[in-house]
Amino acid sequence: MSAFAQALRRLPLTVSRPFPASPAAATGGHAVIERARPLPLVLDGVVKEFAGRRVLDGIDLRIPAGQFVAVVGRSGGGKSTLMRLIVGLDRPTAGRVLVDSRPVSGLRPDVRLLFQDPRLLPWQRVAGNVGIARGPGWRERALAALDDVGLAGRGDDWPAVLSGGQRQRVALARALVSNPGLLLLDEPFGALDALTRQEMHGLLRRIRDEHGFGAILITHDVAEAVALADRVLVLREGRVALDLDIGRPGERPDALAADFETRILKEV
Amino acid sequence: MASRGTANPALRRVAERLAPWLLPLTVLAVWELAAGVGWLSARVLPAPSDIALAFWTTLLDGSLPHHVAVSAGRAAQGLLIGGGLGFALGFLNGALKPAETLLDSTLQMLRNVPHLAIIPMVILWFGIGEEAKIFLVSIGVLFPIYLNTFHGIRSVDRGLVEMGRVYGLGTAALYARVILPGALPSILLGLRYALGIMWLTLIVAETISASSGIGYMTMNAREFLQTDLVLLGIIVYALLGKLADTATRWLERRALAWNPSFHTALESAT
Repeated sequence: MSAFAQALRRLPLTVSRPFPASPAAATGGHAVIERARPLPLVLDGVVKEFAGRRVLDGIDLRIPAGQFVAVVGRSGGGKSTLMRLIVGLDRPTAGRVLVDSRPVSGLRPDVRLLFQDPRLLPWQRVAGNVGIARGPGWRERALAALDDVGLAGRGDDWPAVLSGGQRQRVALARALVSNPGLLLLDEPFGALDALTRQEMHGLLRRIRDEHGFGAILITHDVAEAVALADRVLVLREGRVALDLDIGRPGERPDALAADFETRILKEV
Repeated sequence: MASRGTANPALRRVAERLAPWLLPLTVLAVWELAAGVGWLSARVLPAPSDIALAFWTTLLDGSLPHHVAVSAGRAAQGLLIGGGLGFALGFLNGALKPAETLLDSTLQMLRNVPHLAIIPMVILWFGIGEEAKIFLVSIGVLFPIYLNTFHGIRSVDRGLVEMGRVYGLGTAALYARVILPGALPSILLGLRYALGIMWLTLIVAETISASSGIGYMTMNAREFLQTDLVLLGIIVYALLGKLADTATRWLERRALAWNPSFHTALESAT
């Protein structure tokens, strides 16, 4: 990794404070962050075929509750398919997917998916988008979630006036509002510029520390995987080619991170 | 030339405002003059002042308001029935694939029949009563609203629909919050097409068989060579069409305030 890229990675923490730095400031003093009940995830010999083509070829995984796992691989490697199985949008051809020790039978409110694009409803204001599922007290909860992602006071804006990074923050708030125990992220920062992406990394790390949910991040950016995750999986031709425990980000020296990146890159 | 550059800017602004009206006003003045001097026979084209006079007298004796009210009532009933049906069919076929398979090709075939061509049949079925005219208007407005509702529902971003499902929306909430709002721009476009067809159909229907309404008023006036009344009727039709169009534009701006291309329209309007 070049010196320039290294510098970029550290930029947002020193240059700008787009979101409140401390948890106390983040709550704005009126919303108490409920800590989610993190959910464990188990995949048992999961196979998925589309029209005879095998996209996932026997995946076995144990992901403890609250772990942050990054899944790296080339496009077409089955990453998004894996995500759709976990969230319940698709069923496996063979094998079992267990969230919280129960087979996935459909969509559930404590497993949330952050898409590659923000997918905001342009005809709903920002708060209306965050509280899309409505329910009692949805507006207060939506505004608190917006506060949490550093978008306090933007609840009445139309999505059209927001920047790309802000839209993805709204999408993150929409996922957080139902207090998920497992958050799936399908390359959510791929379309953002490098600086905004760094900001989002900082934001995601802070929110994850506060809420304590487990997360699975799909990415093709190895540096991003190492910067965010505790564990990195490399998915190649429908199989797990590498399963690497790298420890919590921030608790390991930079040199080690660079070493991890090389090892992962070799397998991708 | 030098004096023009330093002319009063307020004066210039007034002149710029008035410039587009110069040509129509000149035409009106020449027209009035030609009619007054006798170059134009009143049987060919009555003077503008005669039309204004006709407007005034028919307004005072109540016949103009009566005919306008009758025509507007027919237009509204036809729009309600035909538009309602078109929306319901478009919604049904857009939402349910089996309904589309069953109904769409039939509707496409019917769409290609010029609805004014069935006037003889309509007169045979309904006589020359109100039903005939409302039926024709309904048929006329049905198809543009059907097509645009159908297309609008089908072209809603599938990613948004998937997002709605993942975030726990039930079928009713999905339609209310994602699919219908997404189809609305297309539906409103269909409404604007429908309004144009609505007036056109009404003009034809009323001139063929009616005992009231603006079409009747102009045909009646033609019998007695009252060209001023004929022209008045044409102008009233034009104004009604413009009014309906303005109303839809207003509706679009209110309903589509989220759309950036309407933001600017709103801001410049206020």
